[in-house]
Amino acid sequence: MAPIVDIQGLSKVYDDGFQALKGVDLAIEEGEILALLGPNGAGKTTLISTLCGITVPSGGTARVGGHDIQTGFREARAMIGLVPQEVALEPFEKVIKTVRFSRGLFGKSRDDAFIEKILKQLSLWDKRDNQIKELSGGMKRRVLIAKALCHEPRVLFLDEPTAGVDVELRRDMWEIVEGLRQSGVTIILTTHYIEEAEAIADRIAVINKGEILLVEKKADLMTRMGRKTLRIELAEPIDAVPDALSDDDLELTADGGTLVYTYETSAQRTGITRLLQRLSEAGLVMRDLQTTQSSLEEIFVDLVKEEAV
Amino acid sequence: MNLTAIKAIYVFEMTRFFRTLLQSFISPVISTSLYFVVFGAAIGSRIDQVEGVSYGAFIVPGLVMLSVMTQAISAASFGIYFPKFIGTIFELLSAPVNFLEIVVGYVGAAATKALFIGAVILATATFFVDLQIQHPAAMVAFLLLTCMSFSLFGFIIGIWAKNFEQLQLVPLLIVTPLVFLGGSFYSISMLPPVWQTISFFNPVVYLVSGFRWSFFGQADVPIAVSLLAIAGFTALCLAIIWWIFRTGWRLRS
Repeated sequence: MAPIVDIQGLSKVYDDGFQALKGVDLAIEEGEILALLGPNGAGKTTLISTLCGITVPSGGTARVGGHDIQTGFREARAMIGLVPQEVALEPFEKVIKTVRFSRGLFGKSRDDAFIEKILKQLSLWDKRDNQIKELSGGMKRRVLIAKALCHEPRVLFLDEPTAGVDVELRRDMWEIVEGLRQSGVTIILTTHYIEEAEAIADRIAVINKGEILLVEKKADLMTRMGRKTLRIELAEPIDAVPDALSDDDLELTADGGTLVYTYETSAQRTGITRLLQRLSEAGLVMRDLQTTQSSLEEIFVDLVKEEAV
Repeated sequence: MNLTAIKAIYVFEMTRFFRTLLQSFISPVISTSLYFVVFGAAIGSRIDQVEGVSYGAFIVPGLVMLSVMTQAISAASFGIYFPKFIGTIFELLSAPVNFLEIVVGYVGAAATKALFIGAVILATATFFVDLQIQHPAAMVAFLLLTCMSFSLFGFIIGIWAKNFEQLQLVPLLIVTPLVFLGGSFYSISMLPPVWQTISFFNPVVYLVSGFRWSFFGQADVPIAVSLLAIAGFTALCLAIIWWIFRTGWRLRS
């Protein structure tokens, strides 16, 4: 099946000469949640803005649902919903009216039942007659989502949807996103909260300095690049790693009570069996063993660091 | 043509107008009444007639034009500048609409507001002077064309403006003087010959003159020239807006 969003060689050079996108290639499958990760200024927002028509590309092509974003902009944009990073809403307008406006702007005839459904889904129904300026920050973000969804898009771009919101609202947002995915909407989410990508994304794309560094299934990425740490708690503290174990790349904690061994999960041999054997031969008594997997954040930091080198 | 989108923009803009309806209604009524008291009663009583029309009645077309032009510019420029200022312009730029649909929506709403103000002023004037309209159809046509062309002009200003100061700058420094010096309160023939010649470079002269003709059957310039001038101005504004949307100037990065 053809990808719902197909980006090929997309580039953007701003008037001041800054190259925000350097020939981005990216294919997004229908129904998936793709998290676009990258540090500030990596090109995440430029990429989304270009696909939505807010920024004019300097080169390359992009198609949404098979429609070119420039020559077939009407069809392409009609399929897209955008939740921007900044909370931009007309302060004096009523919630329901601003949502109705968005639906009309996208060429859809008025459908009060559908708008009621969206507003109820986003817990905004009780606030429908309130002016935007009377709402809390979190509620305003929900209004932005309602506006993006009210024209029934097949692709939803969420640009940093949970930046600056409290933990509770963030979890609510994740639930909303999951609900949307179940209804068949493709979601592209930019974030610099790795935790967010880890929690809800199917695939991860890492972008830095206008280039896509990798695109991979979240689980595969974590297996491929993830490292595990084995912490061996000793019955008796020691002063230094015994000479017999010096080849094993072990670290000793400051209190001398724990040995730390890091290994690649993807490696054929992790070296754990041999290590435990040699510990026993060295006469060290183990009290406890504990393994932890590296998080996506560590993987991400490693990737961006590698590129900087 | 995305008619639903045009309607959505139009209704949204008109809602803003209706929110402040009382202010929109009272303000022109008061200012027009003041003009009539000052120019009609106080000064006008010392002026006999201008081109066979009482001075009070003579200034009505000019007064209507003055308000319609400034209101059209202010409504249209604010209409498109405000979304730029608060950031909601992203929605317009990412919507499946072309430049013509955006312009029809915004400019249509601004022209409607200006037309409303023009009608209010005209109605207010009837309380002060005995008003005859010789060519009502031409009067309505001139009014509509002026509302539309100056709303287009205002739309350009709204896109051009980077801050509220610039938004006020063009209306204040260019439009108001042009309107005042465009024969709103006097006939061009009352000016010394040199100033008459200079006045013919002022586009507003043609509009006021044509509009006054529809009331009293007299004009400073031939009616066809007035119509050509307003058509040319409208075409120029449309061409500039088309260029703005094609290049994304001050809209798309």
